[in-house]
Amino acid sequence: MLEVKDLHYTYSTGLEALRGINLTINNGEFLAIMGQNGAGKTTLVKHFNGLLKPTTGTVLVDGINTRDVSVAKLARNVGFVFQNPDHQLFSETVEEEIAFALKNFGFEESVVTKQVDWALNLLDITEYRKTSPFMLSGGERKRVALASILAWDPNIVILDEPTIGQDYQQKEKLQQFIMQLNAQKKTVVVVTHDVEFVAECNPRVILMSKGKILVDGIAEEILTDPKTLIQASIVPPQITQIFLALTDLGLPSNVIDVHEATKIILNRLRGKL
Amino acid sequence: MSVFEGFKFRKVSSVIHDLDPRIKFLFVSILFVMAILFTKLLALITLFFIPLPFVFLAKVNRQWIRSLKGAALLATFIFTANFIVGYFYPSSFPEITPPVDSLPEYLMLLERSASMTLRFVVLIASFSVFFLTTSPDHLGLALQESHIPYEFCFAFTTAVRFVPVLADEAQTIMDAQKARGLELERGNLLKRVRNYIPILIPLIVNAIRRSLELAESMESRAWGANAKRTNLYALKLKKADYILVIVSLLMLIVAVYIWLNVSIPSLTTLIGV
Repeated sequence: MLEVKDLHYTYSTGLEALRGINLTINNGEFLAIMGQNGAGKTTLVKHFNGLLKPTTGTVLVDGINTRDVSVAKLARNVGFVFQNPDHQLFSETVEEEIAFALKNFGFEESVVTKQVDWALNLLDITEYRKTSPFMLSGGERKRVALASILAWDPNIVILDEPTIGQDYQQKEKLQQFIMQLNAQKKTVVVVTHDVEFVAECNPRVILMSKGKILVDGIAEEILTDPKTLIQASIVPPQITQIFLALTDLGLPSNVIDVHEATKIILNRLRGKL
Repeated sequence: MSVFEGFKFRKVSSVIHDLDPRIKFLFVSILFVMAILFTKLLALITLFFIPLPFVFLAKVNRQWIRSLKGAALLATFIFTANFIVGYFYPSSFPEITPPVDSLPEYLMLLERSASMTLRFVVLIASFSVFFLTTSPDHLGLALQESHIPYEFCFAFTTAVRFVPVLADEAQTIMDAQKARGLELERGNLLKRVRNYIPILIPLIVNAIRRSLELAESMESRAWGANAKRTNLYALKLKKADYILVIVSLLMLIVAVYIWLNVSIPSLTTLIGV
């Protein structure tokens, strides 16, 4: 469980990035953090594995105050997938890249081999195990980065902008994969701008603006409330925009999912025929 | 890292910022020569005060002090090294008569070490004023006016401009690797050096990638199409610049005169110990 109490954070430049965040994330929960650039989303999640320590306030990970332990210790439970895989890839082969963290955590050689095989298989990159990560495409590099985190099977997984720079198919796969992680009772925290992605996953959503939490609720409620969304420079998903425009015709205004929308429209059309 | 802060240009308007970069460079170079000429503490203390009016006029006191603070560690090292060397090999300092065993000799040694340290501080103090008040563009322009080929000037200004970008990126990469359990400060010296490999490789790879992108984007905007370039801003000497030239040259003449003809007393003898 992640508990954030009255968290304030000010960068050394004097920029006050977080101004009083209170938040509890339960085990097995799926949370999306949304908001405009500079709202403090990444600053907030960097507190979850101790990369940043609160200026004031506390962050507890499974009851442990992040001030009291090293990042390496917290990372054992909290996996953090950075936005750009190029900020972490450095090994000669994909399998060495995935083994890096496992070796840092001091796993035995046999466990390292087993977990590397498992992670390669999980993200469908076994065929690249002997390839240099630098020779792979953007989407594949992203998967290697993801595999290198999931390899040690952390209970909490944080993903910073996972869908950025991915083609449609990759995005679709990634989305299913993230939902699968959550189905396996892992706590998943996603920082994203991608409303369509959030609409399809339908997680708990918090909207941030200027270092504060604007609203906290389920995706269906928040993504269908244009007035609140605009404060965080977000527009509703396209399908919601269409349904909002058609409420006069008696269509529901809280639709965010394409499949659900299709069902409603088909039922209407069938009723008319 | 804070010593670099003292060399980061911020756009402010002041008399000092508007001075011609070539003349400012002449001024700090003369200060440099003076700091090398003198070894007596009294002279170096005087030199330390020379850049102060510039710091106040340019309103860069905070950044300037920060650069001095950043240099404190190296200054301490210089002081200690001089003291130790002077103690064991007193013959390397002309004003000390070995062996170092009485109060005046100790004071002399202290004074000598302090003046060597102050020499370094004067250099940092004056060059910091130069870099704090000269934009990279002006610097490039100054190089160009000094008939250095434009390619080199461009490479120089680009390098300067990308320093903060690289510093930011290095921080992100460090965070990404720490999130995978890397502990930079762990192990013996060799291990600690090896710990930086996962930081350096992504940093270098990204820098090369970025430079290729920059080259392509410049070529697509016809960089180097014309052999003869013109500039929007041309450097032209103003009244203040001429005054600074005269002041700088006078300073140099006086300094050389003192160096040749006046024997500066040491503080220890002045106090009368």
